[in-house]
Amino acid sequence: MSASSPSSEPILRVEHLTMRFGGLIAVNDLSFDVARGQITALIGPNGAGKTTVFNCITGFYKPTAGRMALFSGGVQTDHAVETVTNSPRSYRRTAKGAVFLLERLADSEIAARAKVARTFQNIRLFTGMTVLENLIVAQHNWLNRASGYSLLGIIGAPSFRKAEAQAVDLAVAWLDRIGLTGRADDPAGALPYGDQRRLEIARAMCTGPVLLCLDEPAAGLNPRESAELNELLLSIRDGNGTSILLIEHDMSVVMEISDHIVVLEYGTKISDGTPDHIRNDPKVIAAYLGVEDEEVGETEAELEK
Amino acid sequence: MANPKADAPREGDRQPVGISTALRDAGFLALFTLGLSFPILAFRTRQDLTQGLVLDPRWELVATVVAIAFFARLGWLVFGGTITQAATAAANAIGQSLEPVAKYKDWFRWAGLAVLIAYPFLAVAFTGASGALKWIDNFGIQILIYVMLGWGLNIVVGLAGLLDLGYVAFYAVGAYSTALLSTQFGFSFWICLPLAGIFAAFWGVLLGFPVLRLRGDYLAIVTLAFGEIIRLVLINWVELTNGAAGISGIPRPTFFGLPFNASDDGFAAFFGLQFTPLHRLFFLFYLILALAFLTNWVTIRMRRLPIGRAWEALREDEIACRSLGIDTVTTKLTAFAMGAMFGGFAGAFFAARLGFISPESFIFMESAVILSIVVLGGMGSQVGVAIAAVVMIGGTELLRELTWLKSVFGPQFDPTQYRMLLFGMAMVAMMVCRPRGLISNREPSIVLNEKRTIGGDLVKEGHG
Amino acid sequence: MDYFLQQLINGLTLGSVYGLIAIGYTMVYGIIGMINFAHGDVFMLSVFIALIIFLLISSLVGGLAIAVALILVLIFAMALTALWSWAIERIAYRPLRGSFRLAPLISAIGMSIFLINFVQLVQGPRNKSLPPILDGGFVIPVGDGNITLAYKQILIIVTTAVLLAAFWFVVQKTPLGRAQRACEQDRKMAALLGIDVDRTISLTFVMGAALAAVAGVLFMVQYGVVSFSDGFVPGIKAFTAAVLGGIGSLPGAVIGGLLIGLIEVFWSAYFSIDYKDVAAFSILAITLIFMPSGLLGKPDVEKV
Repeated sequence: MSASSPSSEPILRVEHLTMRFGGLIAVNDLSFDVARGQITALIGPNGAGKTTVFNCITGFYKPTAGRMALFSGGVQTDHAVETVTNSPRSYRRTAKGAVFLLERLADSEIAARAKVARTFQNIRLFTGMTVLENLIVAQHNWLNRASGYSLLGIIGAPSFRKAEAQAVDLAVAWLDRIGLTGRADDPAGALPYGDQRRLEIARAMCTGPVLLCLDEPAAGLNPRESAELNELLLSIRDGNGTSILLIEHDMSVVMEISDHIVVLEYGTKISDGTPDHIRNDPKVIAAYLGVEDEEVGETEAELEK
Repeated sequence: MANPKADAPREGDRQPVGISTALRDAGFLALFTLGLSFPILAFRTRQDLTQGLVLDPRWELVATVVAIAFFARLGWLVFGGTITQAATAAANAIGQSLEPVAKYKDWFRWAGLAVLIAYPFLAVAFTGASGALKWIDNFGIQILIYVMLGWGLNIVVGLAGLLDLGYVAFYAVGAYSTALLSTQFGFSFWICLPLAGIFAAFWGVLLGFPVLRLRGDYLAIVTLAFGEIIRLVLINWVELTNGAAGISGIPRPTFFGLPFNASDDGFAAFFGLQFTPLHRLFFLFYLILALAFLTNWVTIRMRRLPIGRAWEALREDEIACRSLGIDTVTTKLTAFAMGAMFGGFAGAFFAARLGFISPESFIFMESAVILSIVVLGGMGSQVGVAIAAVVMIGGTELLRELTWLKSVFGPQFDPTQYRMLLFGMAMVAMMVCRPRGLISNREPSIVLNEKRTIGGDLVKEGHG
Repeated sequence: MDYFLQQLINGLTLGSVYGLIAIGYTMVYGIIGMINFAHGDVFMLSVFIALIIFLLISSLVGGLAIAVALILVLIFAMALTALWSWAIERIAYRPLRGSFRLAPLISAIGMSIFLINFVQLVQGPRNKSLPPILDGGFVIPVGDGNITLAYKQILIIVTTAVLLAAFWFVVQKTPLGRAQRACEQDRKMAALLGIDVDRTISLTFVMGAALAAVAGVLFMVQYGVVSFSDGFVPGIKAFTAAVLGGIGSLPGAVIGGLLIGLIEVFWSAYFSIDYKDVAAFSILAITLIFMPSGLLGKPDVEKV
C-alpha cells in the first residue's frame, strides 16, 4: 500500500454525530470520514469537542445521535451498512470483511471486535506493571483464549507456552521499534514522559488494531521527541497499514504527517481537507484567531510554514 | 528499595524542645485525656439489686491514665528525637544485616516449609501430647484458616483491586453448604468440600454481577450489605438453617473413609496405632495446610496467566483495560468467583473441623479481620498476607497465654478481654506506620532479561 | 388509619435519629471522601456518655426539672463526644491524609473495633437500661381509634428540627461552612487560599460527632437501653440513609434518615420484624446499584 496515493476509501464513516451533556451540545451533527491507510487529524480550538468525538468513537460515551460505521477488511457497500443499521445487531460480516456500528458497541467490544485502539490525553499506563507486562496485557484476548480460559494455562500446557512466547516476541518487536528494549523489566511508571507516550502507542498497537486513535500524542514532548513520534506514526501507517485518527494541537506534527485534516469548532465541522487546503481556509484561520489571543501568532506562524 | 523521603526531616526528628514548653504541652495532653476519660472511664455503670443503674467512680484509674499520658508525652518531647534516631539506626542495621540473608531466599523458603510440615511433631515434642492440642489447634489450624482466607481475599482485593467487605459471606456459604449437605443428605466431607467451593463461587458470581460496576468505597459498602443480608437470612430462615442455634452434628472428615475414633475400624486401629485425639488434629492441620497451599499455588499460577495480569491491570487502570478490549465484567467476576471459591473451601473445612456452625461465626468483624490481614500484609503479596495472619491472629491468641499477668494485675485480670481492643489499636497503628502494608513491593509476572522488584509507590490500589 | 398514623410517628422519630447520625457520614465523605467507619461507634459511645451524665446529674441534684437535666446532658454529651471524635481524627485519620486509599478505611475499621471493645471493657458487656425518662403523651382520637404522641417523640422531632436549623445556619452562613465547602471542592486550592484545611476537617468531624451525640441523647430518652454493640447497626443504617439521600448532600442525609426510619417501621409493622434489617441492607444495595448518586447527590461522571 502506498501512503502517498490519496485514497478516498473510508475505514470509519461518522455521520450526523451529536453528543449532548444535559443542555450542553458538545458535538453537533458532525460527519466525516477517516480514510483507510491514512493519517487523519482532528484539530480545533480548546473545547471544540475533539476528545468527546474520540470518546464516542471508542465507546466511552454513548452518542446522543448519529452513526459511526467502521469497515474492517475492505470497502463496503452502502447497502451493507443500511442492512446492519436496520437490524438490531451491531455488526455484520460480509465477503470483504465486516461492518461495525460503533455506537452500538461497548468500549471493550470496540477494542476487542472492531479493533479500534486508543491512547489517552493523560497517559494511562499500568504504572505498577513492567513495560513488558503492559504490552502483554494488551494481547489479553487472544492469549486468554490460548490459555484455554486459564484451564490449559494453569497446568502449563505447551500450546499456551508457545502462545505466550509469541506474545513476548510481538512485545519485543514493538519495544525495539520504540527503543525501549533495555527497559522492558522496569515499571512503566518509572519511564520518562516521552517514553511513556511511545509505550502507550506501542501498547495500543499490540492489540492489532485496524484503526488507531491518538489523543494528543505529542503533548508534553520536546521537539526531538515530536520528530521521533512523527517517524513512529508514519511507520505505523506505512509498515502496519493501520489507519490513524489523531487529535493534536502541535501543528508541526499535524501539518507534517496528516493526509487529511478535519477542523472542529464548537462541536461543528468548519473545514475538512488536505493540509494545504486547511492552511488556506479563511474559516480555520478565523476560528484560531478568534479564540485565544496568545495562540494567534503561534498558529499563524504554524500555518505559514 | 531506598525511599528518598526517608532522609527528609520529619516530625519525629525535630530538635528537643525547652522543658517549659514540654511541660505545657504534656499538661495540655493530660487535660485532654482527662476530658476523654471523664464520664466513660471515671464511672462504671452497674445494675444494682433493684435493677436500677448506679455509678461506681474510678478516679484512681483516670488518674493513672492521665499520668501515663502526661509522662509519656513529656518523655517523648524530651527524648523523642533520640528515640527516633536510635530506632531508625536500629532499623537500618537490621535491614543491612538482612541483606546478605536475602541471597538465601530460596533456602529460607524450603526451611520455612520444612518447619511448617514438621510443626505438629515439633509441638508434640516440645509440649507433650496434651500441651500440643492447644498449639496445633488454636495456633496452627486457626492461623492457617486465616492465612487461607487472606490468600483467597487477596485475589479480589490485592490483585483485582476490588474492595470486598463481605468476604465472610462466602465463608458462610461454604460452611452452611457443607453442614446442610452432610447432615441432610449424608454427603461425606470429601464430596462437600468441592461442592462448597462451587456454591461459594456461584454466590460470588451472583452477588458480584450487579455490584461490579460500582467503584471504590461503594463496592465495599454493597459487599458489606450482602454479607450482612446473608447472615441475617441464616439467622431468620429457621426451617433451613436452624436459625441462631446453628447446625450441630456435622460429620467430621475421615481419612479416606477411616474415622478418627477409638473404634475397631477407625484410623488408629487400621494402622495399628494407639488411639489419641491428636490424630485428628494432625490430620486437620495437614488438611488446612494443603488447602492453604492449594490457594497459594493457584494464585501464583493465575498471576502468570493472562487472567491474572488482567486482574492486576484492572487494579492499575480500569479505563485503560477497556481501551485494550479486556472484558472488565468477566475479569472482575472471575476474581470474585475465585476468591469466593477459596472462601467456600475454608468454610467447608471450618464446618467439618468443629462439627458445629452458627451465624455467630460469620459476623462483619470476621470480614474486617480478613481484610485487615490482606491490607496489613501488603496487597497482592502472598508472603505479606501470611505474615500478617500469623502476627494478627497468633498475636491475639498469644494474649490468652499471658496468664502470668494475673500475678501482676490481680486475679480478676483477664488478658483475653484485651484481645480485640489491642487488635483494633494494632490495626490503626500499623496503618499509620505502614499504610501500604508490610510488603508493598510487587514482583513482575513475566520477565524478559532481569527480574526487578517494583516499588510499592508505583503500584496502584484499584478503584473498585 | 390510626395504626398507620401511629407507625408514621414512630417512623419519623426513628428517622430523626438516623438522620442526625447520617449527617456525620455525609459531611466526612463530602470533605475527605472517606467512609468514617467508626462513626456508628462514636454514636454508641455518646449514648454511654449521655447515660452516665444523666445518672450523675440526677444523683447530684435530685429535684432538677427533667427539661433542665436533659439540656445539660445534651450539652455535655455533645462536647465530650466531639472531643473523642477530634482525638480519633487526629490519631487515626490525619496521619493518613493523602496516603493509600484503603489505609484510612482500615484505620477506621480498627478504630471501630477499638471503640467497641473499649466500651465493653470499661463499662461491662451487659445491657444498660434506664427507667423510662419521659413518660406519657398526648392521646389523639383518630377515627375509631387513638394514636399516642409520646412526649419523648415530640422532644425528639423538635430537638432534631431545631438543631438541624442551627447546623444548617453554621454550614451555609458562617466562614467555617464556607471553608468546608471550599475544601470539598478542592483541598489544595483551599489551602493555597489560606484556609486551614486540617482544622476545617477536624471541625467537620467535631460537628458530625456533636450531631451523633444529639442522636445518642435522643436514643437514650427513647429506648433507655444501650450496650457496647449498639453502634454497628444504627451506623450502617445511618450510612444507608446518607447514601439514599445522596452522599455529600446534607438535606439528603436528613431525608434519607427519615425515609429509612419510615421504611423500617412500616416494614416491621406490616411485613416481618425479623427481616427489618434485611430490608435496610437491601435498600442500601439497591440504591447503590441503581441510583448511586442518591436522591439529592451530584451524579458522578466518569472521566476518561
